[in-house]
Amino acid sequence: MPTAFTPVTALIGGVLIGLAALLLYALLGRIAGISGILNNAIETRDGRGWRIVFLLGMVVAATAWFAFDGAVPRSGFPLPWLLAAGALVGFGTRMGSGCTSGHGVCGLARLSRRSLAATLAFMGAGIATVFVLRHVLGVLP
Amino acid sequence: MRRTVLALLAGLLFGLGLAVSGMTDPDKVLNFLDVSGRWDPSLALVMGGALAVTVPSFAWLRRRGRTFDGAALPPPPAGRIDARLLAGSIVFGIGWGIAGYCPGPALAILVHAREAVAFVLALVAGSQFARLAMPRPLKART
Repeated sequence: MPTAFTPVTALIGGVLIGLAALLLYALLGRIAGISGILNNAIETRDGRGWRIVFLLGMVVAATAWFAFDGAVPRSGFPLPWLLAAGALVGFGTRMGSGCTSGHGVCGLARLSRRSLAATLAFMGAGIATVFVLRHVLGVLP
Repeated sequence: MRRTVLALLAGLLFGLGLAVSGMTDPDKVLNFLDVSGRWDPSLALVMGGALAVTVPSFAWLRRRGRTFDGAALPPPPAGRIDARLLAGSIVFGIGWGIAGYCPGPALAILVHAREAVAFVLALVAGSQFARLAMPRPLKART
């Protein structure tokens, strides 16, 4: 489905994300890497509190926004592909020690070479995957 | 208690940022990755906006060496780029390029979008599988 280029809301949203990461880093000394926060919220008792609260905050804010904004979420995406995608994202972010927020937003800001390499790798893989699925195989929208 | 309030505030900001920016819309994400097709550059500006905040502020904090509470910041990131980092990132990118979700947006829209529930369940399963399958136990670091 084609989507419009939305530079203003993209920038504003990005700044909000950056502020959230800054808040977590400057005041709690923690990296706002969602894959890690989620994994640790599940597996680690120490610090479970702030992690769960952070994740809940994320859900509450986004839910409230959409209640106000009224956008309709995507539906009809094939379930097997959805599950495969989720499994790959879960597996890959664990193996690669981070995701778009951890490596892309925080890692780059910390001038981490590992995060730069990771970001280039997942961006490249994402671009290649969409190319193959949409333009070579023509399987997914 | 204060830590909890701050974490909540950070989470609220993060979730709002994801929603406002359009990053919770998988079509927008997939269209960003669809560089040869119906390219939507919005995600670049989302990243740009976030980095505009974090790059200078993290640099300042690095020089300062401490959080505002006086606590230690996380140690400087390790430098070594290894196969696990690259392979894992590639696997993540493939999953991302299939459904257009990464962990943050999928979690944020758990209530708003039914398909996010299935995705997140699979994500947790995949992550747990990786933890058990990796030769060394991989404790997530944040």
